[in-house]
Amino acid sequence: MVSKQSALIKNLLALLLGIGFGLGLIVAGMSNPTKVLAFLDVLGDWDPSLAIVMASALGTLIVSQKYFLKNSEPLSSSAASSCDGNRSGVDASLIAGSTLFGLGWGLSGICPGPAFIGLASGNLGSLVFFASMYAGFIAYRWLNRSR
Amino acid sequence: MSISAVISAIIGGSLIGLVAALLLFTHNRVAGISGIAAGILPPWNNESPWRASFLTGMLLSVPLYRSLLGEIPLELSASLPVLAIAGLLVGYGSRLGGGCTSGHGICGIARLSTRSIVATLVFMLAAGLVVFGVRHGF
Repeated sequence: MVSKQSALIKNLLALLLGIGFGLGLIVAGMSNPTKVLAFLDVLGDWDPSLAIVMASALGTLIVSQKYFLKNSEPLSSSAASSCDGNRSGVDASLIAGSTLFGLGWGLSGICPGPAFIGLASGNLGSLVFFASMYAGFIAYRWLNRSR
Repeated sequence: MSISAVISAIIGGSLIGLVAALLLFTHNRVAGISGIAAGILPPWNNESPWRASFLTGMLLSVPLYRSLLGEIPLELSASLPVLAIAGLLVGYGSRLGGGCTSGHGICGIARLSTRSIVATLVFMLAAGLVVFGVRHGF
């Protein structure tokens, strides 16, 4: 039953990492849409703190990859597929998708990670956004089901 | 910007980066939240359980933070219809573009993926233009 045990450990680890990710978003202020919009409002009263969040996250990840993960395999295509599919190169889908995503992010100040913090917070606007986001996921899958 | 806001940004950001590194190390998976979130929809496969666990952890971080550290500021400036449209755009767009702020913006850039760098520039520009349009008028 080793495989069952390792699956349990894997899920427990994922749970702990999810807690860590959520706490990171909250501490960083990413879960507050107004703060995110203040970052995106470059020509207004700009709040640069989310640039510091991204730089800190990138720095930590790059250093970790370089010093702690150097003996592990470079990211395999199956790992990338958890997010970015098996696609390569800049294509029309990447540009169109990122544009639509940016429009939605700019309208609301919410991206998928903070949407989960909003769901757990339980206020109505956050629930509406969360439900619509999943409708968007489902619409994408339905419209692209032949691929 | 206060000193405490800078420190919070550094601590929060570092924690996000650390989790992304640990997820790579323990699961060999990218911490792209749109991919993880859409990945719990049926049909389920052997990737679904860890994704559901990770997302459950994210939800649990809210009561945990509240009980240990206090209230979580969450102010929405958009109306409910706008939030509904924005949610659709974020959901559909992140799947079509293959990632969001975390997957492209952090994990993708960290491994110097051209796709992710382009995606991040595009969604930052689009979001910035929308905010400019809404707040200052075109």
